[in-house]
Amino acid sequence: MLVQRPKLTFWERLYLPQVLQGLWQTLSHIPRKKFTRQYPEEKPPLYGKYRGAPELVRDPDGRVKCVACQLCEFVCPPKAIRVVPGFRKEGASDASVEKEPSDFIINMNRCIFCGFCEEVCPEEAIFLLRDFSVSGYSREEMQFHKDKLLELGGVREDKIQKWKNK
Amino acid sequence: MEFVVITMAKIAVMLGVLLTVVAYTVWLERKVCAWMQDRVGPNRVGPFGLLQPLADGLKMMLKEDVLPRHITDKALYTLGPLMAMVPALVTAGAIPWGSQLPLFGRQIQCVVANLNAAVLVVFATSSFAVYGIVLAGWASNSKYPFLGGVRSSAQMISYEVCLALSVVPVFMQIGSLSLCHMVEYQTHHTWMIFMPWQWPSFLIFIISAFAETNRTPFDLPEAEQELVAGYNTEYSSMKFSMFFLGEYAAMFVMSAMMVTLFFGGWSLPFAPFNRPATTLWIGLAHVAIFLAKILVFLFLYIWIRWTIPRVRYDQLMALGWKIFIPLTIVNIVFVGIVLALWGGR
Repeated sequence: MLVQRPKLTFWERLYLPQVLQGLWQTLSHIPRKKFTRQYPEEKPPLYGKYRGAPELVRDPDGRVKCVACQLCEFVCPPKAIRVVPGFRKEGASDASVEKEPSDFIINMNRCIFCGFCEEVCPEEAIFLLRDFSVSGYSREEMQFHKDKLLELGGVREDKIQKWKNK
Repeated sequence: MEFVVITMAKIAVMLGVLLTVVAYTVWLERKVCAWMQDRVGPNRVGPFGLLQPLADGLKMMLKEDVLPRHITDKALYTLGPLMAMVPALVTAGAIPWGSQLPLFGRQIQCVVANLNAAVLVVFATSSFAVYGIVLAGWASNSKYPFLGGVRSSAQMISYEVCLALSVVPVFMQIGSLSLCHMVEYQTHHTWMIFMPWQWPSFLIFIISAFAETNRTPFDLPEAEQELVAGYNTEYSSMKFSMFFLGEYAAMFVMSAMMVTLFFGGWSLPFAPFNRPATTLWIGLAHVAIFLAKILVFLFLYIWIRWTIPRVRYDQLMALGWKIFIPLTIVNIVFVGIVLALWGGR
């Protein structure tokens, strides 16, 4: 196919008017409002159902909700979660739960923030919260253990508290 | 002995000022580019990012100097960046950056070397820069630098001709090749840019200067999209920064040439700035005026870089050989006729 080239006028072929127009265009952008967000100081807005890093939560009484059923470990697509099951302390108020994780490790290098662990959890003990910049200086540092996960997760409002009267 | 000391001091001052201006041109380039793209630009190191050049320099010095295994001729490989940087610094010596400074009971002339053929020296030395780029392209021993080097040599040689021919009318009017005389003439009469018959010369000179310094829209030797980074692809650390320095120093020198040839050098068209300084303060003011004028041209360089896209290689060559060289020759004849009829002087 032959493309008909448009016939250019003398001024168009000279290019100079277009060049001047371009120069004006760039110059007029100098005083305009900037779109830069000064990131570490100025955080981006996070919306309602934002899925950040998975973290463990406590119930309003401060007990660890996780019962070490290991469903999250099995469902996790990149195998980022490892649960080391243990027993609840004898005589504790929630001793009837029997199991609790003696350690709970999430490898944040592997986690893909998919939220399957949150979906599968029968105890509503793990949630994808709002931490989006998970970083560290070594691989070892990126293995988040139980204490750190509980600290990050904090307390989550729970109206039912199904273990309370069992 | 006295001459040697004074000249050494002048060289030190000149180099210091030049390198500072060059470092801050890089800062300005990044800032202006950011503003034109609705961004903020470097703002972390120091207020307004003003210490960024220092941080960059430090980073460059601390970086590993990678020597790729396929490079066989280390001597040429090292010579490349040196040859690209040194000519730009040498040419700066021939440019008068002020009138004179009365210091310690002496009149110190503000030029490192007051040559009577300064323009020729500037053009001759600045064309040495092409060797640096060709050597870098050749010694890198890989495709993209080689293509960049080839393009660059063709481009710089072509535009050297236009560059030199375009300013011939200026010499015809002044009757001298000395840059000091040029400024003197413009202080007595008026700036070259206010004489309409010199306008074509100025236009061709400024466009050729852009091509000569490998700046957009003529930055084909390092066309990122086609050639990775052109001739400096295989360079790292200080060797890379020498190319960088050379490019910006060449910009500085070309801006200085434009100011000296067409915009009256260190002078302003009213007293007391239109005659050589008698006091130290006016002498320093002349230097400041010169630097301010250069800054305007450096801004122009940056402004154009972030506005106009790169031309095609055949367009570049056609512009140089088919349009500019005939135009400059016609221009010489035209200005010759004007000067013969109306005297010009």
